[in-house]
Amino acid sequence: MIDTVKNAENTPDQEQPYKELGLKDDEYARIREILGRRPTDAELAMYSVMWSEHCSYKSSKVHLKYFGETTTDEMRSKMLAGIGENAGVVDIGDGWAVTFKVESHNHPSYVEPYQGAATGVGGIVRDILAMGARPLAVMDPLRFGKPDAEDTKRVLPGIVAGIGGYGNCLGLPNIGGEVVFDESYQGNPLVNALCVGAMRKEDLHLAHASGTGNKVILYGARTGLDGIGGVSVLASETFDDSAGKRKKLPSVQVGDPFTEKVLIECSLELFEKGLVVGIQDLGGAGLSCATSELASAGDGGMHVYLDRVPLRAKNMTPAEILSSESQERMCAVVEPGNVAAFMEVCEKWDVIATEIGEVTDGDRLVITYHDEVVVDVPPRTVAHEGPVYHRPVERPADQDELQANTPDSLPRPENLLELIKIMAASPNLASKKWVTQQYDRYVRGNTVLAQPSDGGMIRIDEETHRGVALSTDCNGRYTKLDPYEGAKLALAEAYRNVAATGATPVAVTNCLNFGSPEDPGVMWQFEQAVKGLADGCAELGIPVTGGNVSFYNQTGTTAILPTPVVGVLGVIDDVRRRIPTGIGAEAGETLLLLGETKPEFGGSEWAHHVHGHLGGLPPKADLQREKLLGQILVAGSRDGMVSAAHDLSEGGLAQALVETCLIGETGARVFLEGDLFTALFSESAGRVLVAVPRTEEQRFTDMCTARALPWRKVGVVDPESNALEIQGLGELSLDELREAWEGTLPALFD
Amino acid sequence: MRVGVITFPGTLDDVDAQRAVRYADGEAVPLWHGDHDLKGVDAVIVPGGFSYGDYLRCGAIARFAPVMQEVIEAANKGMPVLGICNGFQILAEAHLLPGALTRNHKLHFVCRDQWLKVENNSTAWTTRYDAGAEILIPLKSGEGGYQADEDTLKELEDNNRVVFRYVGENPNGSRNNIAGITNARGNVVGLMPHPEHAVDALTGPTDDGLGMFLSLLDTVVKA
Repeated sequence: MIDTVKNAENTPDQEQPYKELGLKDDEYARIREILGRRPTDAELAMYSVMWSEHCSYKSSKVHLKYFGETTTDEMRSKMLAGIGENAGVVDIGDGWAVTFKVESHNHPSYVEPYQGAATGVGGIVRDILAMGARPLAVMDPLRFGKPDAEDTKRVLPGIVAGIGGYGNCLGLPNIGGEVVFDESYQGNPLVNALCVGAMRKEDLHLAHASGTGNKVILYGARTGLDGIGGVSVLASETFDDSAGKRKKLPSVQVGDPFTEKVLIECSLELFEKGLVVGIQDLGGAGLSCATSELASAGDGGMHVYLDRVPLRAKNMTPAEILSSESQERMCAVVEPGNVAAFMEVCEKWDVIATEIGEVTDGDRLVITYHDEVVVDVPPRTVAHEGPVYHRPVERPADQDELQANTPDSLPRPENLLELIKIMAASPNLASKKWVTQQYDRYVRGNTVLAQPSDGGMIRIDEETHRGVALSTDCNGRYTKLDPYEGAKLALAEAYRNVAATGATPVAVTNCLNFGSPEDPGVMWQFEQAVKGLADGCAELGIPVTGGNVSFYNQTGTTAILPTPVVGVLGVIDDVRRRIPTGIGAEAGETLLLLGETKPEFGGSEWAHHVHGHLGGLPPKADLQREKLLGQILVAGSRDGMVSAAHDLSEGGLAQALVETCLIGETGARVFLEGDLFTALFSESAGRVLVAVPRTEEQRFTDMCTARALPWRKVGVVDPESNALEIQGLGELSLDELREAWEGTLPALFD
Repeated sequence: MRVGVITFPGTLDDVDAQRAVRYADGEAVPLWHGDHDLKGVDAVIVPGGFSYGDYLRCGAIARFAPVMQEVIEAANKGMPVLGICNGFQILAEAHLLPGALTRNHKLHFVCRDQWLKVENNSTAWTTRYDAGAEILIPLKSGEGGYQADEDTLKELEDNNRVVFRYVGENPNGSRNNIAGITNARGNVVGLMPHPEHAVDALTGPTDDGLGMFLSLLDTVVKA
């Protein structure tokens, strides 16, 4: 029997499985108070998914407010939409608006690597589409356990194949990302997916359902039983046993990239023809989320006829239909006069579209199923007025001990030349070609830079050559040692990577991956990281336009390294001025190191890879320096003074040299001063290795000196040598370096 | 020069093929899979992607699309037709070209910059290249392994119908390192790598692919 509102009124004392659905006693009591009765099965399903940590941000909300508090009007001046929308939108000039966002799909990808990762890509792409933008490119920051662990061999190939399988078929170039290994991600890999899209400024679509009488149209794939996790209890209770036991589909959704590709093209045609008033994608929490968010963001109520939803399974209950996470679906609000034209476009693309409801003049979200009311709620209470937790926050007792255990006493190697090779072959620094060559980076023909470049870059406008650059970064070891400084360092690196391509950084997104919010130590890490990131953004003068929080990333009581992945978006007026990562593009180049090198080894790749050590303090972030460095790089690109640039991060100068030589397929002669170990392997922030044509050397270094940016000449590019020579140490042939750098991942995963 | 570029549901590289035609001073004419005529074009490109999701088998459904019936008829009368990647698979399924494309031998999707040797510079699409020239253009496919029986391979080799061959390590297990072939008449060419992604060194590894579209221009002007 279907549990209707009438039934709920008549059976106030009926027991409900709210605990199994993840609701606490007081949360359930609040729902009863809001409704003045017990919720129906369908209402309970809705509240339970929408009030989940994933949808409601109940543990993080109080901390995330800090982003808003630290964003000034000036920082906001280029922002067309921000936190709270499907994705942030930034005005990049020439009439273009760019939207970007990164989201996690960690847990599904552990359970079912291929589909988990694939639907992670699908979800973020629909978020971008729901802003009215054409999705243009994707990037995937990934974290795995130990590279040689059995489980890593299971999840990594599956996740990579899933991202490629979905993204390639969708026709979006994959232009960057990260692959990081650390034991803490064993049993809890991180799959974060970023998408960037663009639209003309006037075409921005926000998710709202205004205008009484407007129609609500669900279009895209049919709704099935996939992705229903939370409602399993309800499903088994309401299902008629006489028809036999229902086979439950896995709670990881199954993706169909072909359907999504068609959905994108169909949606863009609908936008172009002006047929859409409001739009929302269906992701986590499915129709529950889409209808309650559309209704609560509009100025009226909404009536949804649930029995009209096209299904792909028989006998689905209203609760199941509402919480299904079947992929490739969108929900649009359309003026009645445009419904026929809307349907015509959908027909052209063979997309199923169904009018499932309308905007009403009340303030309730009413959902009926075969004329019986199964949901009657104030939509804001579902979508926006969920519980807010002030979780206990406490600096972990062992934080002091961790910081006191510095890397100063770790033995340093005799043979530094050998160490360069060992580090180049270490899984975290090794070439990620094995991964990235499974991704299409060329489709649509606008990819100007892609992995292994510091940042990805795409052309937005073929006439004006305007484009954007993107980078995502985070070093979880730094964040573990000092979450505040670590978050700033993640921001600094992403900022520097974007600047190293010649683009001006303008906006920030994030994906905050942490352990359990019920652990006060984890909440401390979270609070510190949010503060560090927000303070850093204020110092750089660029806003956070959106983000995502993923909690409960832990195995047993052991949390992952706190991993606030930071994505930075940059704008370049003319992509033809982009700075490549590899040397050798021009004859006669000088190598300059910009920034200062200090003996900073806390959380370094060397301490991790060679000694398995994590302790001390991370490098110090200096955001004023990063800003200056960025300005110098942008000026250098604009005036054609820089022929290659590569940021220094994990592995220090040694790794930057190896990569710039191998990517450019050109040798170099390097001369360093002082302690060579520090010069080569320190991970001091705020440094970039640049190659400048000899004819520009004086002009460029004069500019650095005039603006008080420390610089040092560290070598020359030598196209004849085919080796990396370091004065005082000897030389490494590019062949042996390539073998070290490119051999590791194939040896592990082929 | 008016060049039709077909879009099936799931086609991805149509915008790239259209751009390549424009770079060669041609007019790109979009053709929809349901069209029943070719809008008077001089040549047709069947671009890459995952037509109809590549369900059943790559290209197997697309060959039955209404527009393909027009393409088959025109090709048989001598119209220049180019199939790239999924387009090559479709032309093979439509029997405009012999053989079949199968799963890469290492099973992974492969996206890389690939050196090719131009074996035949007398087709409608390759006259701008020197015979034996080596060009660098992207290869990106999961099912790019060219397979054919011995008789077909002999027929292709003996009649100079192999147009492009992979240089260096075979990326996908193709027989005889075959990257692209032509029909007996030389008007229909299919290849797995993507010349339309190599028309500008800014966005591709080189502009080596532009030669194919310029060759077409010569062919059309001469006709």
